[in-house]
Amino acid sequence: MTGHSPQQATIEACPNGPLLVRGDVELVDADGTPIEKHRRTVALCRCGSSAIAPFCDGSHKAIGFVTPA
Amino acid sequence: MKLPAPRGPLGASLTDLLVHPPRDTDVVADEVLTRWRAGAATTDPLKDDDLQLTLWTLYALHYRGFEGVDDAWEWHPGLLRLRGSLEEAFEAGLREQVPAPVETAPDRETVASALFAMTAPGPGPSVARYVSRTADATQVEEFLVHRSLYTLMEADPHTWAIPRLSGAPKAALVEVQSDEYGGGRPERMHSALFARTMRGAGLVDEYGYYVDRLPAVTMAALNVMSLFGLHRRWRGAIAGHLAAFEMTSSLPNRLYGDGFRRLGHDAGTTDYFDEHVEADAVHEQIAGRDLAGRLAEQEPELVGDILFGAAACLYLDELVGRHLLDSWSAGTTSLRAP
Repeated sequence: MTGHSPQQATIEACPNGPLLVRGDVELVDADGTPIEKHRRTVALCRCGSSAIAPFCDGSHKAIGFVTPA
Repeated sequence: MKLPAPRGPLGASLTDLLVHPPRDTDVVADEVLTRWRAGAATTDPLKDDDLQLTLWTLYALHYRGFEGVDDAWEWHPGLLRLRGSLEEAFEAGLREQVPAPVETAPDRETVASALFAMTAPGPGPSVARYVSRTADATQVEEFLVHRSLYTLMEADPHTWAIPRLSGAPKAALVEVQSDEYGGGRPERMHSALFARTMRGAGLVDEYGYYVDRLPAVTMAALNVMSLFGLHRRWRGAIAGHLAAFEMTSSLPNRLYGDGFRRLGHDAGTTDYFDEHVEADAVHEQIAGRDLAGRLAEQEPELVGDILFGAAACLYLDELVGRHLLDSWSAGTTSLRAP
């Protein structure tokens, strides 16, 4: 694979865990209001149980969330 | 930082040396070690105050050093030999007590799964749950004092591993460490956030200020990071240690934050914990899959060390946690007398 530009976003689906988002992505809420990212790489909740949604807080581990194989 | 008060013959001999300029001799270690072996060699090395404090002091020469101590002591052959002997005893104790990892295939997802399984939240008593629901103001101060030994230099021991890695595991470690160090904003460095927490609780935020109050197990939990970080042969273990550390952080930090809020602390004081809920949910994925998992694929012979490093992290955290909870349930302090 040849390199992509550093700005290009990647979204990695972590097994039984969050979506790991790297690169130039703007997060917005349902109204289109920007959601501030506190770090360059963010983890987005996939299990629905995070108390800090849309970000992951590790709750998937406490509820035994399993992603389909 | 000031030199700590010695707790036995090892520390006393070392302190005597360090206040002088380095001597051009390498018999220093022999004098010190002979005195040590005569006394404390039969105790549990993980709970041996003299051993752990002396090791912490020797490691501190590689980090920030001490006021009034010549920086040249860092690479003095006699002190390195002394450190080697103490590390041998420490390692023997770890090998004996830390549960040996099960055989695991050296591929990314298998290693990451094994690490997540080892670190899965358990139902047993935990310091985090206690702080969240029960701890009083004095107990949460004690908790911060224990944590301060590592957290006021958070991330530093794992940084030693960066030049020892290459490719994907190296990029993963740098990605995590960059975030630990504030992503270019010094005020967002995790050690700086923790310093603010300490100030908010009325404690001194100077590195090493409370070392004389801390028991051997608290020092052992930090010393194991320096041991794994400073030796290239332990590069697998330092990667596994970081993965386990990150994997056991998000959920407990939410509870710590809740405990501090329950006791009326402000948002500045709880910021450290709240930051870690979000940050370590990211870091645990990177450390488990891209650092530890990719390192296992690069160097399959390190799988055992990766998992051992994780197991050592969990074992020592458990020892510290048990010390805190046992002290508090007995109605006593978890700290040494001032």
